[in-house]
Amino acid sequence: MNIQDLLGRLHAGDPRAIGRAISLVEEQSREGAALLAGLDRERIAAALLIGMTGPPGAGKSTLTGGLVRHLRDQGQRVGIVAVDPSSPLSGGAVLGDRIRMMDHALDREVVVRSMATRGRLGGLCAAAGAAARIMAASGCTTVLLETVGVGQSEMDIVRLADLTVMVLAPGFGDEIQAMKAGILEVADLIVVNKADQPGSGKLALDLAAVFARAEDRDLRLHRTVASEDQGIDTLLARIDALVQQYRKDGTLHRKREQAFTLETLDWAQALLRPKLAALAAAGLRNADPRLAAEEIIIQLQQEPQS
Amino acid sequence: MAEQYRVLIGKPGLDGHDRGAKFIVRALRDAGFEVIYTGIRRTAEEIAAAAIQEDVAAVGLSSMSGAHLRLFPAVIEALNQAGAGDIPVLGGGIIPEEDVDILRQAGIQAIFTPGTPAATIIAAFTKACEEHHRRHR
Repeated sequence: MNIQDLLGRLHAGDPRAIGRAISLVEEQSREGAALLAGLDRERIAAALLIGMTGPPGAGKSTLTGGLVRHLRDQGQRVGIVAVDPSSPLSGGAVLGDRIRMMDHALDREVVVRSMATRGRLGGLCAAAGAAARIMAASGCTTVLLETVGVGQSEMDIVRLADLTVMVLAPGFGDEIQAMKAGILEVADLIVVNKADQPGSGKLALDLAAVFARAEDRDLRLHRTVASEDQGIDTLLARIDALVQQYRKDGTLHRKREQAFTLETLDWAQALLRPKLAALAAAGLRNADPRLAAEEIIIQLQQEPQS
Repeated sequence: MAEQYRVLIGKPGLDGHDRGAKFIVRALRDAGFEVIYTGIRRTAEEIAAAAIQEDVAAVGLSSMSGAHLRLFPAVIEALNQAGAGDIPVLGGGIIPEEDVDILRQAGIQAIFTPGTPAATIIAAFTKACEEHHRRHR
């Protein structure tokens, strides 16, 4: 495959090239690495990466689809990376987020990619960040990154995105209490979706307690009915306002530097894992796993560099 | 499977009966495929555009309404139009014996009629994906 040719088509917005490029990175091929090196850095730096997370069934995909509609009205080209879990048994996956976004199926300015976690537990797949950068390089000015349905501690998205929206809905009961000590604390915006359903008022009240300062409550807590397109325009305005603030006070710059470091660490672990797995399976002398792990590290350091 | 295969299952046309499609989605998942499902009532162009964005190695179509003779070839045509004629298309549903050859000649790689064992369908998707990966990756 000619990487320069693929890059040229990708930068021109060719859907086939974008799809192929994401696969190359997802498959951890050498071509994928070469391709990432050639992406348009200016476009990537200018694009906004918004994380969408929340428990299964809260309405992440529907709200994402709604945001896409409004971003398109603004004339933006939009990317969506939607992640669903891989089966721990078969390795297969059902990727169904696209169903909620088919309104945009024929719009060439909306790029959608469904991805499976492939064993990763933090709510995203290893190649999610790279997929978002490929979309940004293809001209997407906003990329929405939707996680798997999460519980309390799937923090991948908070570390990767410029801004993270936590989507909740009434009817999840006491789980909400437990969530307060986790991802809820670090999400930039909290959305009570399905705000026309019973219990949504109480949920919003419970969530208001997460914010110590009244002005944070007004800025960061929001109500939507995504299926009816209610509250999405104001949510988008809040996102814009928050991004402006993050640009001004240096938060955005700091977040991106941290994201770079953390994703580098993730990839290093992902690339090492097959080798570690082989060493772990290859009969060790130590009786305790903790000690066997140290033995593996020593073996790894002794191996000639490839 | 050594390589991870991605496939798309689509329901073209106005037919809303997707038990068959969902059965295949689940069977393929359990066989280790990553399966993108489009949902019901899609146009041929929507299915082709999704298959391209998702970079799948094969597309499966399901039809229960009798419109397969028009809709299945329309998906092939839409893929060709979009420069993705290399992606193999398989199909299944309530399809009379006499239509099977017509669909084959129109470029549908395999046709599954009611009663086809899941293992046969999985084997056909595996073969289609293997061939596509060998030729295009």
